[in-house]
Amino acid sequence: MPGPQPVAKQEVAGETRVATEALIKTGGSEVADGIFRYAMLACGLCVLALVGLIVYQLATHSHLSWQAFGLKFFFQSAWDPVNDEYGALPFVYGTIVSSILALIIAVPLAIGVAVFITEMCPVWLRGPLSFTTELLAAIPSVIYGLWAIFVLVPLLRNYVQPFLVRYFGWTTLFEGPPFGIGMLAAGIILAIMIVPIISAITREVMTAVPQQQREAVLALGATRWEMIRTGVLRNARAGIMGGIILGLGRALGETMAVTMVIGNRPEIAKSLFAPGYTMASVIANEFSEATGDLYLSSLVEVGLALFIVTIIVNIIAQFLVWTVTRGTPARANG
Amino acid sequence: MASSTALTNDFAAAPISLRRRLMDWTATGAAVAAVVLVLAPLGAIFGYLVYKGIGAVNWNFLTQIPKPPGEVGGGMANAIAGSAYILMIASVIGVPIGIGAGIYLAEYGRNRFGDVIRFTADVLNGVPSIVIGIVAYGIVVLRQGHFSALAGGVALAIMMIPTITRATEEMLLLVPNVVREAAYGLGVSRWRTTLSITLRTATSGVITGVMLAFARVAGETAPLLFTAFGNTYWNWKINEPTAALSLQVFTYATSPYDDWHRQAWAGALMLIVLIVLSVTAVRIAAGRGMKGG
Repeated sequence: MPGPQPVAKQEVAGETRVATEALIKTGGSEVADGIFRYAMLACGLCVLALVGLIVYQLATHSHLSWQAFGLKFFFQSAWDPVNDEYGALPFVYGTIVSSILALIIAVPLAIGVAVFITEMCPVWLRGPLSFTTELLAAIPSVIYGLWAIFVLVPLLRNYVQPFLVRYFGWTTLFEGPPFGIGMLAAGIILAIMIVPIISAITREVMTAVPQQQREAVLALGATRWEMIRTGVLRNARAGIMGGIILGLGRALGETMAVTMVIGNRPEIAKSLFAPGYTMASVIANEFSEATGDLYLSSLVEVGLALFIVTIIVNIIAQFLVWTVTRGTPARANG
Repeated sequence: MASSTALTNDFAAAPISLRRRLMDWTATGAAVAAVVLVLAPLGAIFGYLVYKGIGAVNWNFLTQIPKPPGEVGGGMANAIAGSAYILMIASVIGVPIGIGAGIYLAEYGRNRFGDVIRFTADVLNGVPSIVIGIVAYGIVVLRQGHFSALAGGVALAIMMIPTITRATEEMLLLVPNVVREAAYGLGVSRWRTTLSITLRTATSGVITGVMLAFARVAGETAPLLFTAFGNTYWNWKINEPTAALSLQVFTYATSPYDDWHRQAWAGALMLIVLIVLSVTAVRIAAGRGMKGG
């Protein structure tokens, strides 16, 4: 018995020595740990600071315009840099109308795609199909704009708009010369751009609905569509609403593609054929050429309004999505 | 026994009414139609990009700088280089901060304060890019007194940070706690564990996040309009206005010249090739990560 024991002891001692050496090598680990922790904290604080910086920058640089016009700024439709008179109403109107138009077109399509991918299509098609729709989200805005100018707008001008005038002219939404460029083109291109985000979120919340829910409805004798409607869509509706609002947030802040096709004229027209202007596109077009402090300040105030609105919209959306997906187990290690 | 069979028979015999069946078919048809309607523009956009772009990409396009307005010829060499330059500046600023913030959230931020940062990152993610442009203008351009590559880089960095932060956090959380505990058990300090064990294990995932952020800002135009501003000549100075591919596509597409329209398509094709390459890299990296995990 006394034979092997010293050997074992030696081994243990050896291992301890290695571990101790590692400890010594990383030396003063408490100090180093502290430094590391604070360095990472600094990075985290950067994120906070950035949002603070955005608010600060927008607030200080729009101060002049706020002083000059107050809340009236958003209810006044004159945008006249020559006489230093600024009102943001046409831009607010253009942003809201183009975004709502986009939602009207995009929502049914996005939900249709999500329903098809999660409930109807064969399993082998699911991956490629969702990858392809997500590819739409990876295309830069300026390329959508380019395509819209040279493909979508001529298409609208030559075929779609004459058709709309002929059969839906009585709605008075489609009046005036069919230029192609205008509110309708902006709404359509925005719709194409926000379909991926809405359908991605819809898919996510539909997947979060428990499988038993579907089986239970089917067992009651429902057809597939009845199962989807009552078993899935109804349970996921808050999350789907969240996806739609997230899409709205995207549409409100979208700049390049809209700027390239909306016509950029600060007018409020009822017809969807008429050119318009959005908050984001007026900043894009006029910011670098804005002469005069009040002009620049007014543009920053438009930016501040856009910032506040998109933040509120995004927070609401995230809350809604969270109410549906919170029940699903997190992917993190438990 | 008998009654049970009768019941089953009843159930099987109860036909689904024609109205319900029609509704089912209509719904299926509508969903298929939606998929076709969504894929059609995608096909059309890529089709046109390749069709119009391929013919316009040539040696001159890749090696020359723009000719004066209205003249035929010239290229986007300076814009391609400028985009790479601005993206490099953005990555140098944005990647370390983003990863650092992600490490903080995953390793130290499992509390209220962490939640605040997490929420703020999500808010930052939703800020329209044009607004980020205004902010970069305020903090860089106004201070320097002129447009610059640095301002463009700062704008894009601000957009990269929240994406990288959340992706890094998510990936680090996928690393099982036993791995960390094993390292602590060997007496390795916490910071060494985080850097050489946890972060190392999650490398491919973190790279995926960084590439996604990169792909997202690579095509951005709006925040560059009044920061990098564009330039018709070569520029390698960080303090001077710089050309960018996306800006050039915008300028050329909205110009009245046919030759510029042709080049806009070529520029767009270059841009999409750049982005598709990074997305593919992401896919490969993510695939490798899954096998490794």
